[in-house]
Amino acid sequence: MIELPGDLLYTEEHEWLRREDDGSVTIGITDHAQAALGDLVYVELPEVGQELDSGGDMAVVESVKAASDVYSPIAGVVEEVNESLADDPEIINGDPYGSGWIVRLRPSEKINEDELLSPIAYQELLDEEDA
Amino acid sequence: MGLKTPLFASHVAAGAKIVDFGGWDMPLHYGSQKEEHHAVRNTAGVFDVSHMTIVDLNGDRVREFLRYLLANDVARLQTPGKALYSAMLNDNGGVIDDLIVYFMHECWFRLIVNAATRDKDLAWMQKQAHDFSVTVTEVAGTAMLAVQGPKARELASGCVDAKWREAALALPPFTGMQAGQLFIARTGYTGEDGWEIVMPAAAAASTWDQLLAAGVAPCGLGARDTLRLEAAMNLYGTDMDETVSPLEAGMGWTIAWEPREREFIGRASLERKRSDPTLQRFVGLLLEDKGVLRNHQRVVVAGQGEGEITSGGYSPTMERSIALARLPAGQSESAAVDVRGKLLQVRIVPTPFVRNGKIRIKT
Repeated sequence: MIELPGDLLYTEEHEWLRREDDGSVTIGITDHAQAALGDLVYVELPEVGQELDSGGDMAVVESVKAASDVYSPIAGVVEEVNESLADDPEIINGDPYGSGWIVRLRPSEKINEDELLSPIAYQELLDEEDA
Repeated sequence: MGLKTPLFASHVAAGAKIVDFGGWDMPLHYGSQKEEHHAVRNTAGVFDVSHMTIVDLNGDRVREFLRYLLANDVARLQTPGKALYSAMLNDNGGVIDDLIVYFMHECWFRLIVNAATRDKDLAWMQKQAHDFSVTVTEVAGTAMLAVQGPKARELASGCVDAKWREAALALPPFTGMQAGQLFIARTGYTGEDGWEIVMPAAAAASTWDQLLAAGVAPCGLGARDTLRLEAAMNLYGTDMDETVSPLEAGMGWTIAWEPREREFIGRASLERKRSDPTLQRFVGLLLEDKGVLRNHQRVVVAGQGEGEITSGGYSPTMERSIALARLPAGQSESAAVDVRGKLLQVRIVPTPFVRNGKIRIKT
């Protein structure tokens, strides 16, 4: 079964966001996304300090099969990237919501939750895609 | 819903992720494409290749016909069961398909061609066969399994009737035999030892189950692609097609130039290309940096021009990215590949990358 934590926000492009206590936001790809991609072999990460637009390119995840863009769901500045993915991209396959996080951003504007999906709304999206 | 092989239910039961492949519902993987890849390199894996097209050619003049139809020369096939890899060319020397031809007996040869090219292959063969009074018959009601890996023959031998087992295990490479209801050939598309087995559709599921019970890993199209890429075996429609000659696709070795008096379709065009110093070369690439090379990426060779990756991907055996590419004529040991706007360094290397479990390129 696809895992779907209830304390995260999601996007239609199968990313997840976690709002950290210090106001930063951690972003990764969902369990559904990693399963669809298959074994990951390379992750291209942004630079720390890089400014990202909402909906702009943030990272590229490459599986044995194909390359897939990861878009930033919000505007912000990169505070930290998950360096361990450079040597071991399969961490994302094993733990997409935990040690497989990709980027931590400092949002440059207030997050508009209406543009993001709740766990229930994301589950509905997955159900529609299955149907 | 697409076409289904006799093993569709077996794939679903084994947990396959099913994808469309040339109109067929085929397994992409059964959980991990990389683990399936390693199973074939280290022990044994089985692929359902029942979607491939089997064609029997019959007639008194069938050998003469095939010497005209194919760029390789079936005169090389003198022992029943012996097989040959060949391109089938159009008049311009472009590749209509690549195939394996088996010599069964003097009035009967068997061809195994690609699934996606079935219709045009049959039409082309029928058109050419007319003058030779050769009949072209697609073999229906069969399934085909490719069991590949260093332990493949040993583990698969339990599927062969005891009466035939010793003979089957003694088959030399690129040779096939009928063993009861199975046609067993020591061929494959992975760079490993193994068998390809044609059987009646009704026997497919039980043979599949028997192989899995013997410890052979079910493997999907994903692993099939990374294995064949490491072995530098061409994929039709990707590495070559009707606009490309075998000389520009690393298939020069499959053209039988001798005897010179043998006329085969495409020969005149190939003879001209053969002496063309500007003909593109087909090479292997090894990515020096991190990242993954992909099909259609642009390759820049300093001072020589630009080429294109025809097949690129990740090599699970080498844990590096590798590719096959068509480049401008010339000599060079390195090049750069445009990956999303960044130029990454690649080394031009001899192929295959991997054969019989061993990495052949110095990384």
